[in-house]
Amino acid sequence: MPRIFAYIVHKSGVADDTAAELLAAARAIDPASSPTAILTGWGPDFDLACKSVSSSFAETWKISNQALAYPNAELIRQALVRVLPPGCIVLIPHDHFGIDLAPGLSIKLNAAYAADVLAIDGVQDNTLKLVRQEFGGQVSAHVLCDLSSGAVINVRAGAFKPGPIAVTSGVIIDKSSEVDTLVARRRYIETIVAEAGDVDITRHSLLVSIGRGIQEKDNIALAEELAEVLGAAVSCSRPVVDAKWMEKSRQVGSSGKTVKPKVYLACGISGAFQHLAGIKGSPFLIAINKNPKAPIFQVADVGIVDDLLEFLPELTNKAREFRGVAAK
Amino acid sequence: MWTVVGTYSPVNVVDWLVPGRNLFLALQVLGVACFIYIVSKRMVPLLRAQADPRFDRPLTRLGRVFKFWLGQWKHPRYRFAGTLHIVIFTGFLLLAARAFSVLIVGVSPTFVMPGLSGRFGPVYETLTDYSATIVFLCMVVAAVRRLVFKPVRYAVPAKYGKGHTTDAIFLLGLIALLMAADSLFSASRFAGLAQAGQSAESPAFLSLPWMIEIAIASMPRTAVWGLNVGAYLVHAITFYFLLCYRPFGIQFHVETSLFSIYFSKLEKGTVKPVRWDVSDDHLDQVKSFGVKTFEDFTWKHVLDFYSCADCGRCADNCPSNAVGRPLVPRFLTIKARDHVFQHYPVLGKPNNSNLLIGNIYSEDEVWSCTTCGACEEECPLLVEYIDKIVDLRRGMIDDGNVPQSLQKPLKALESRGNPYGKMEKKRGDWAKSPELQHAAPVKVLDGKNGADTLYFADSITSYDDRMQSIGRATARILSCLGKNFGILGAAEKDSGHEVRRFGEEMLFQSLREHNTEAITESGVTKIVTSDPHAYNALKHDYKDVPPVEHISQVLASEARAGNLRFSGVKNTDSVYTYHDPCYLGRHNQVYDDPRDVLDSIPGLRRVEMQRSRDRSFCCGGGGLTLFYEPKEDQRMGVVRVRMAAEAGANVIVTACPFCMVNIEDAIKVAGIEGKMSVIDLTELVDQHMVREVPKEKLEVAIVGG
Amino acid sequence: MEILVCARRVPDTSENEIELNSAGNDIERDELVYSVNEADNYAVEEALQIRDRVGGNVTVVTVDGEDGEEVLRRQLAMGANQAALVSDDAFNGSDGKGIATILKAFVQKGHYDLILTGVQADDSAAQVGGMLAAMLDYPFASLVNSIAVENAKLKVSREIEGGNREINEISLPCVLSIQTGINEPRYVGMRGIRQVASVPIPTLAASDLGIAPAKVGEAAAKLKRVDYFIPASSKGAEILHGSREENANRILELVAAKGGLN
Repeated sequence: MPRIFAYIVHKSGVADDTAAELLAAARAIDPASSPTAILTGWGPDFDLACKSVSSSFAETWKISNQALAYPNAELIRQALVRVLPPGCIVLIPHDHFGIDLAPGLSIKLNAAYAADVLAIDGVQDNTLKLVRQEFGGQVSAHVLCDLSSGAVINVRAGAFKPGPIAVTSGVIIDKSSEVDTLVARRRYIETIVAEAGDVDITRHSLLVSIGRGIQEKDNIALAEELAEVLGAAVSCSRPVVDAKWMEKSRQVGSSGKTVKPKVYLACGISGAFQHLAGIKGSPFLIAINKNPKAPIFQVADVGIVDDLLEFLPELTNKAREFRGVAAK
Repeated sequence: MWTVVGTYSPVNVVDWLVPGRNLFLALQVLGVACFIYIVSKRMVPLLRAQADPRFDRPLTRLGRVFKFWLGQWKHPRYRFAGTLHIVIFTGFLLLAARAFSVLIVGVSPTFVMPGLSGRFGPVYETLTDYSATIVFLCMVVAAVRRLVFKPVRYAVPAKYGKGHTTDAIFLLGLIALLMAADSLFSASRFAGLAQAGQSAESPAFLSLPWMIEIAIASMPRTAVWGLNVGAYLVHAITFYFLLCYRPFGIQFHVETSLFSIYFSKLEKGTVKPVRWDVSDDHLDQVKSFGVKTFEDFTWKHVLDFYSCADCGRCADNCPSNAVGRPLVPRFLTIKARDHVFQHYPVLGKPNNSNLLIGNIYSEDEVWSCTTCGACEEECPLLVEYIDKIVDLRRGMIDDGNVPQSLQKPLKALESRGNPYGKMEKKRGDWAKSPELQHAAPVKVLDGKNGADTLYFADSITSYDDRMQSIGRATARILSCLGKNFGILGAAEKDSGHEVRRFGEEMLFQSLREHNTEAITESGVTKIVTSDPHAYNALKHDYKDVPPVEHISQVLASEARAGNLRFSGVKNTDSVYTYHDPCYLGRHNQVYDDPRDVLDSIPGLRRVEMQRSRDRSFCCGGGGLTLFYEPKEDQRMGVVRVRMAAEAGANVIVTACPFCMVNIEDAIKVAGIEGKMSVIDLTELVDQHMVREVPKEKLEVAIVGG
Repeated sequence: MEILVCARRVPDTSENEIELNSAGNDIERDELVYSVNEADNYAVEEALQIRDRVGGNVTVVTVDGEDGEEVLRRQLAMGANQAALVSDDAFNGSDGKGIATILKAFVQKGHYDLILTGVQADDSAAQVGGMLAAMLDYPFASLVNSIAVENAKLKVSREIEGGNREINEISLPCVLSIQTGINEPRYVGMRGIRQVASVPIPTLAASDLGIAPAKVGEAAAKLKRVDYFIPASSKGAEILHGSREENANRILELVAAKGGLN
């Protein structure tokens, strides 16, 4: 069984949630595995992150380099190539960073590459059995990945439920010396933060979407609070835009935007075809509607028949607890 | 000349103008020459424009001149302004001979218009005395209207420049001056004759000349003579000034209206080909499709730009304008007119005009049109709009300049033959519903099955869950009427009606070719549809297909033949109103058939909306218009449902699936769901038709058997 | 600037119903309609706009059977200067790395300053661009949503979480994978395609590009798709009947489990 590494993304000294997911994915590959966490970065926050990660991983490899202060995938790739042993398996979260890093990494490591993996069915004869989706999530596929020269596996966020985390005092191995000067022909300049009004609903994996059931413009705040706690965006159906309660850029539908979230919360939306036509990729659809006969319940995965004006605040409170955010 | 006047002492009034003869002649020659020069320069863009065959069917065209030009047929649609214009127009016509007489008399003192030398002469004088007076008064009324009452449709929004009122008043003033000068001339002539003791016909009682005559009768002879000469000059100068000024503004319609009406489009509901002088097979050789620069317009379009009277009636009735979209038909024309005046000046050489889109027109302006035809219906000069919009769209499509929201359905139409991207094989599935198959089995005309009537469902009725019920209702109706009908099913593609009107001519032709072949192969001799867009396409855009009727026409003729029986209206509290779909009503003038059908339902209470029949207000449009995202203040459908509510109705009856989509949506958006509902004519008829064998029994019979 | 766009012919999800076939192991392919991958179309439009700004040439290439020609012709109609079809039976069954290997050989036959691909295609792998860059040793940036040419370098913005944009400076030659929405692609209709109907599109085989068959095709693929399937799920929504509090908790669990939380 090849050695398994998990690339840990971190921010402000805290490891990303995907760390636990990658651990779970590693266990799906090999239940007995003890994957090695690998992190790159620079500065006191980075040191903090490594320390916190080492309490869940038996071994943590730390690559500290000033060039890596900002996670530039072009530089990180070079660093990883210098330290990773041949034939290993590297797990990376499949997101804007993973997409940037992993394909090139697989080439440099001469390893196989599997993107956006949803499930892993174990290893047989040096072949990894996994599940991916194609056609915008409309169908799933069983895929076999040849492990003979290692593999880079990008894991879909949220697909692997974190298991119980054994708290260990893992060892941190500093690999920084194996990586000296890093030079890339891509240089990070800055990040432009989206303005509050500039929310692009097509880029969110979770949407709290409101329809006429929101009843009044002022009630939209309920959805916005929930969205903020969950890191989601608020989108809407056309009637809300027509009533001028939200901008057109928030509208999901055949005459609005096409969205491809992972989860779609349809609050007070009846489920008209024109609205549903804007939702692609078969997200997990949760519908909250007062009317048990609303057509949305035909297409939703899970439904709650309840008054959304009562349910949303409750959901928001629970969400705060769930995410460990102090209530305002 | 005035010194001559001092020494010249003509005995005869007839000789009064003689000293000035050369001047007057020179003036006339100059005036006429200027006019000819100006008009010839105005002809230049027409000569550079595209071909447009408008010389056919001269008798029909002449008939239209009688109806619309002489008969001012469209004018009374705006009662006050229309009447005013009819009066002024009649006055002008009557005064024409007189005006020329007055002018020529200055050169040839004894000139009398042929036909006016006998007894009719004085009658004509009286008639024209009053005409001049009335026209003069009309000028005052018109000016007061402009300055005090300021009808909304004359207003010029800031982005279109400064207002037109000053120019209007200037022209009204000049015409008034012309009338006054004419009246003064005639009054002073009579006064002069009277002073000389010669008999003459006095001006008509209480007319303007009569009033002036009383004022000047006691003036000294030389003064009266001076007034006469002065009046002549003022009259001549004003006349020729107006003649030469008119081609610089909206008053050019005085000259061009006869032509714009004679050459106007004869067939409603049609769209011009890409180029009149290029047949469909040779379109590949055309370098550029549509109107991109001014010279791509046809000469008739240029004539339209000249002929616009800036009355604003088109914009007043345009639903796009009413909901705040960037389209205002009036300014589409005025901007083009200003453009041609600027680039083809009377003084100077024509200079290069640039692309229209992005300069005088915006893309949204052109995409905003639903082709409802309200503008063309209203225009007293029969200015055409739809062909121009389609041509502008063709140009944008040719340049790849298409809003993303339209690209998806166009692509889907190309791959799948419907704008939704749904699979072809599922197109006929709406007819396979079990309850339909028992009550009214629908044949698919696929070679094994034949029928004499084709029910052309078209895309929205075939694929949209809600609109499929219109298809099913129609199938049941046709079945009940004993029609031998079938559908094309998967072999049918979108009729392409909006595809063409959105400028994608080649895609339209491909769809048309496919459908024509399928229809021909099916061997049907008649076509029925419940979709007015498909109806219009099959009737006007398609050639070599059997005659087509809308289901409302079939129902109406069956009702007249006594073959239709209805049970009493089910909802006795409902007040129904019929919404005329643009492509059934305005474009094809089917107004009464659907109403007759509704009125055949015993006990059905029906009211008319204020804007009905040819004044019907577009629901928002059909086909591809449903995909376009316009910038607007509110939806057309919402405006329409409020009109229905105002008329006292609580149920709107539509006869078009697109009207149904827009109105159903609008009811929700307007928040009046409990108070207003909408139903299609076919659904209503289906609910109330008395069937020989109740459909429940029919189902049982088949299931049991 | 010499720009190459790598395009792919895929079944457009908005015009097809992706369903399993009756055997339940593949998608029903009988009535699929194909078009250029949406992200690749954005890439071609971007290439055309860059060319129109700074001058140069746009080439579009695809690795496909002869059907690939229809996609290339459409891109020519859009305004690309030339197109090439890379086709060989030896390429069948190639995985992402195989495709990248093939494209690398094509790239090295010419000289390109900028190589664009769409960020991902119907298999949602988003891999070919990054792989190609690594093979060529060119710098790479994915999810690019704006490109500005500044002397011999490019200033590109990448789409990252929350609608934020990461601004990078990247040297030429480079490979960029383009995110949808970067621009508004121009429309291409039937007429446009007819006008380029006679433009020759060369077809290149493995031997023309010096590709060793052993490196591509099914035998060389490290990733093999076994089948397509649809995971069992119930019809209609599962209605939650708990208390409001229980329902709220359950919702949150599901949101997390289904990948809704970042």
